Amino acid sequence: MISIHWLLFLSLALFSIGVYGVVARRNLLFILLSLEIMLNAVVLLFIAGSSFHGNPDGQIMYLLILTLAASEVAVGLGLVIHMYRQHHTLDVDKLSQLRG
Amino acid sequence: MILLSLLLIPLIGGIVAWYSERFNPDYPRWVALASLILCWVPVLPYFSAFTLEQMPQWLVDEPMRWIPRLNITAHLAMDGLSFLLVILTLAMGLVALSSAWTEIKKRTGFFYLNLLWTLAGVMGVFLAMDLFLFFVFWEVMLVPMYLLIAIWGYENRQYAAFKFFMFTQAGGLLMLLSLAGLVILHYQQTHILSFDYTVLVQNPITGDLAYWIAVGFTVAFIVKLPALPFHSWLPDAHTQAPTAASVILAAVLLKTGGYGLIRFVLPLFPDAAKAIAPLMMTIAGVGVVYGAMMAFVQKDLKRLIAYSSVSHMGFVLLGCFAMNIYALQGAVMQMLAHGISTSALFVLVGMIQYRFKTRDLDKLGGLWQQVPRLSAIGLFFGVASLGMPGLGNFVAEFLVLVGSFEKYPWYTVVAASGLILGAIYSLIIIYKTFFGPRGDSVQTSEVKGAAEVTDTSNREATTLLVMVVILVYMGVHPQPFMDMVQSNLLQTIAKGLL
Amino acid sequence: MLTNFLSYGVDMQIPDSLLMLIPLLPFVSSLILIFVNPPKKIVTLLGVGSVGCAALIALLFNISLWGQTDYVIKAGFGNWMTIDKLVINFDFYLDALSLVMISIITGVGFFIHLYSTGFMDEDTDYRRYFAYLNMFVSAMLVLVLADNMLLLYLGWEGVGLCSYLLIGFWYKNRDNNMAANKAFLMTRIGDTGMAIGLFLLFYQLGTLNIQDMQTQAVAVWAPGSDLQGNSMATLCCLLLLAGAVGKSAQLPLQNWLPDAMAGPTPVSALIHAATMVTAGVYLIARNTQLFQLSPDAMFVVALVGTCTLLLAATAAMVQNDVKRILAYSTISQIGYMFLALGVGAGSVAVFHLMTHAFFKALLFLSAGALIYSVHHEHNIFKMGGLLKKLPVVAASFAVGCAALASLPFTSGFFSKESILEKIVDSGHTELWWAAVIGAFITAFYSGRLFFVVFLGKMQQEPNHTPTKTMHIALLVLIVPSIFAWMQPQGLIALMPGLPSKGLSDLQHWLPIFTPIAALMLAFGLYRANFFGSELKSPALQSIHQLLKSGWGFDFIYHHLFVLPFKWLCHINRNDIIDLFYRRLEDTARLMHGFVTGFQNGRLRSYSASLVLFCVLAISWVVLK
Repeated sequence: MISIHWLLFLSLALFSIGVYGVVARRNLLFILLSLEIMLNAVVLLFIAGSSFHGNPDGQIMYLLILTLAASEVAVGLGLVIHMYRQHHTLDVDKLSQLRG
Repeated sequence: MILLSLLLIPLIGGIVAWYSERFNPDYPRWVALASLILCWVPVLPYFSAFTLEQMPQWLVDEPMRWIPRLNITAHLAMDGLSFLLVILTLAMGLVALSSAWTEIKKRTGFFYLNLLWTLAGVMGVFLAMDLFLFFVFWEVMLVPMYLLIAIWGYENRQYAAFKFFMFTQAGGLLMLLSLAGLVILHYQQTHILSFDYTVLVQNPITGDLAYWIAVGFTVAFIVKLPALPFHSWLPDAHTQAPTAASVILAAVLLKTGGYGLIRFVLPLFPDAAKAIAPLMMTIAGVGVVYGAMMAFVQKDLKRLIAYSSVSHMGFVLLGCFAMNIYALQGAVMQMLAHGISTSALFVLVGMIQYRFKTRDLDKLGGLWQQVPRLSAIGLFFGVASLGMPGLGNFVAEFLVLVGSFEKYPWYTVVAASGLILGAIYSLIIIYKTFFGPRGDSVQTSEVKGAAEVTDTSNREATTLLVMVVILVYMGVHPQPFMDMVQSNLLQTIAKGLL
Repeated sequence: MLTNFLSYGVDMQIPDSLLMLIPLLPFVSSLILIFVNPPKKIVTLLGVGSVGCAALIALLFNISLWGQTDYVIKAGFGNWMTIDKLVINFDFYLDALSLVMISIITGVGFFIHLYSTGFMDEDTDYRRYFAYLNMFVSAMLVLVLADNMLLLYLGWEGVGLCSYLLIGFWYKNRDNNMAANKAFLMTRIGDTGMAIGLFLLFYQLGTLNIQDMQTQAVAVWAPGSDLQGNSMATLCCLLLLAGAVGKSAQLPLQNWLPDAMAGPTPVSALIHAATMVTAGVYLIARNTQLFQLSPDAMFVVALVGTCTLLLAATAAMVQNDVKRILAYSTISQIGYMFLALGVGAGSVAVFHLMTHAFFKALLFLSAGALIYSVHHEHNIFKMGGLLKKLPVVAASFAVGCAALASLPFTSGFFSKESILEKIVDSGHTELWWAAVIGAFITAFYSGRLFFVVFLGKMQQEPNHTPTKTMHIALLVLIVPSIFAWMQPQGLIALMPGLPSKGLSDLQHWLPIFTPIAALMLAFGLYRANFFGSELKSPALQSIHQLLKSGWGFDFIYHHLFVLPFKWLCHINRNDIIDLFYRRLEDTARLMHGFVTGFQNGRLRSYSASLVLFCVLAISWVVLK
């Protein structure tokens, strides 16, 4: 049996990698990937919690998040492709038209 | 439904004018003219009030349900004061229309929509006897005016329009707060929840909070007047506004401030009004002198007249807070006379600008040689603004000064020095524009072709001559106007003396 | 037949309402001239005819009231305004004083109008000229006929306006505009004082009706009443005096009048010599009873008169411009009237007003004819030897100068003698000496003016001869300038003077010989070629310069009032109060710039700040 702490650390590490990816990467595709990593970190946390407490709620949550992630990727990729067609770039620093 | 129709005609007329532009850009002005003339129909029967021996409290009283849960009514009513100001609004609306007739060429439909809606808003302000409704109209007249300045104005119109909007909006906010405070306080003290003026005026609220509420109302109104130190939106707004908007602004929009003071501040807060009177008299006295001094150094003709308005409206403020029947009568007369004489000056400047493409006093001069008729009328209104006896302005200024002399002799002496300073800026208008050798702009336009500059057209001359006649009539026979408001003002005074 | 007519005239009843026509006729004519553009002949007919008709009506009143002393005629157009106690009517009030005034205004006015048809014949703005001039006459008539102070104020401001318009009549010249502005503003200063006086009088006496005011004043501020009442009366009188001083060009508001000569000469004759500038005298004479309640105010009036008459007379001695000489002499002569009013001799003051109106109008008109003849030359040292070339002008000038110098058996002699006599009666010996010295100087500069212009070598040939109408006006005005020997009846009844004390020999003979001696001195100096020659000593030169500038009042006022006012206005040109709002705007802009800096459109910085916030928030919760 792995200690719950290892799982927590793993989840935190994954989440931090995701955050780092969102903040540091400029390519929109990688940001999307990083978001997925963050989601998976959370999912991992849920499953760990579920087995730790012996409560299936966490695993139900896992299914929910999985669906959400799938639909997010579908919509997100669609937007990314659309954006690439319009601007011929996926560099978020260049896509800054919302500047105030 | 008479008063309601008075408001609905310009509101609907505005929409029709807007729509009619699709067919022909000339239609809107005709629609506007038609609806303005139609507006006279509901008020015409009330001219018989001039012959009444005893004025009734209200000439027309139309209470209507609106938001019963908060006891907000759509209460419209007209007494002598409202009647005079509504007449002024309608007359000056026609003047504004006349001055816009050829001047406005772009987006005519939307222009006349805004013009008519402003007029409707102003009339609503003069007729609303429910404070909430009053506030609604107060805002209604603001937005179209903002658009008039911002879209059809001169060089720096965005800035001026925004300044105008911010000042009056800040005043409006203050008024909304005070209004809510007034109603709540009145509810606490009498257990009657009402926004109705006739109810509120029965039992004036008392206490410290009443004082601050009165100050709130007063500030909201003197921003509009405008009095020192809230005057600085006026020169910018006037300078940049198209002639028609200047006319409306000077003739009626400023009067809503004076009207508010006489209608609401004095009767609703008699104690507080007495308490702030010395401060207001100081503001008024200083304002008269300050405005005149500012007018003296202006190079832009419109700006000069705008500052002279500040000076003239100082007399209104002086009259309102002198707590004396002479002064109040003078304040009302000043509102009417200033409305006519100053808007006539703005019309004249519009004509000069149209002909010589400048308002710069240093570039004008010697107009008498080229446009004698226009210059002669200009001379008349210049003389009117310095308070020549025999014209409405003199009656007004005299009464205000007589009235305020009773309790505040020193303020009166300060304000009376405004008569000298008023002469200075009026003479500057006259001699820098009409007399002297021809100015630069006057010469160049002649070189281009003498035929291009013509004297006043019939439409222009008629507009101005009608204003001349009214001003002279007010100067030599002001009695009907005074009788119209006498009983109301006496009641106001009586409240203050209790 | 004449006696028949006169005896008929005494019984003649003319309707009181005719009084209203007197100011109305010129007014209507003026309105017609403003709005309609009739042919020139009609303009002449209207302009001159309306004043002529008014003069005829005035004459009718004179005839019907002949021999009576105590009469009052009232007529009115109805109510002007009524609020509470303030009741103002358009009512006219004719008594001996206003009868004298309307006779002068319409009579002298008519001949000046007649003269103007010749003088202004070639001017393109003929119609405008007569419109203004008619308007002036009408306003002046309202002024003297008004039965309440507010209507008087209407006329008062009306004449001021017309004076302004006529001084700046030739509007293309900036100097004329400035002279007109100066005249209007300086009189306006006095007028404002007077307006404040009206407010005070209204609250003190409860009425603005002139006659009621007098009776009320006597009741409220009765002699021997408390000190406060007395000082209040003094204050009221001084405020009224402010108005009088402004309009009548007395110290300290005197220096607009010499500049006012920029207008056409007939205008100077009518407005700035015969009628408008004497309005101040009329005002004080009208309120005699009020003024008599305050001996202090009376003394101030006398003092103002004395100082002005000496100041203006000395200034008149050294002027070169013929019109400026006459302007200063007008100021000085009105000073005599103020002096007379101040010593309580209102009737004599009005008598001098009348004779002065005749001979000063005559002088101005002949000066106008002179200027007209010699290429619009104003400098007297460029004229000379014109006696033979312009006999009529010379004769009328001589009569005018003689009356001004008060040579025996001219009208000026009788009026000025009466003034001096009354000063003696009042017991102010020092003022009497000042007045005699003034008379000496007056005769001296009159002599200088006449000798320099008409005797000696001819400097330039006259190129115009005055027209016939101009000659007629001159010849007619000569008659009253000499023969107006009698005080108008009724004035004494209206304004009883002090009891006569009798004169000592010196007081009797000195005033008679003073002008003769002065004229002889002037002639001697003229023969010695003193006038116009360079002054040797620098001290004398600077005195000459000082006198020529009218004792430097322009300079003083310019530096004391005009420049500081301009400076004050100019430093505040951009509106200090607006500065606050502009700073407010700048602050808002600054904050705006600061806040919008965060919204840079970069996704990464948004997410970074999001993360940062989460980390901070969580650590805050955890660490707390």
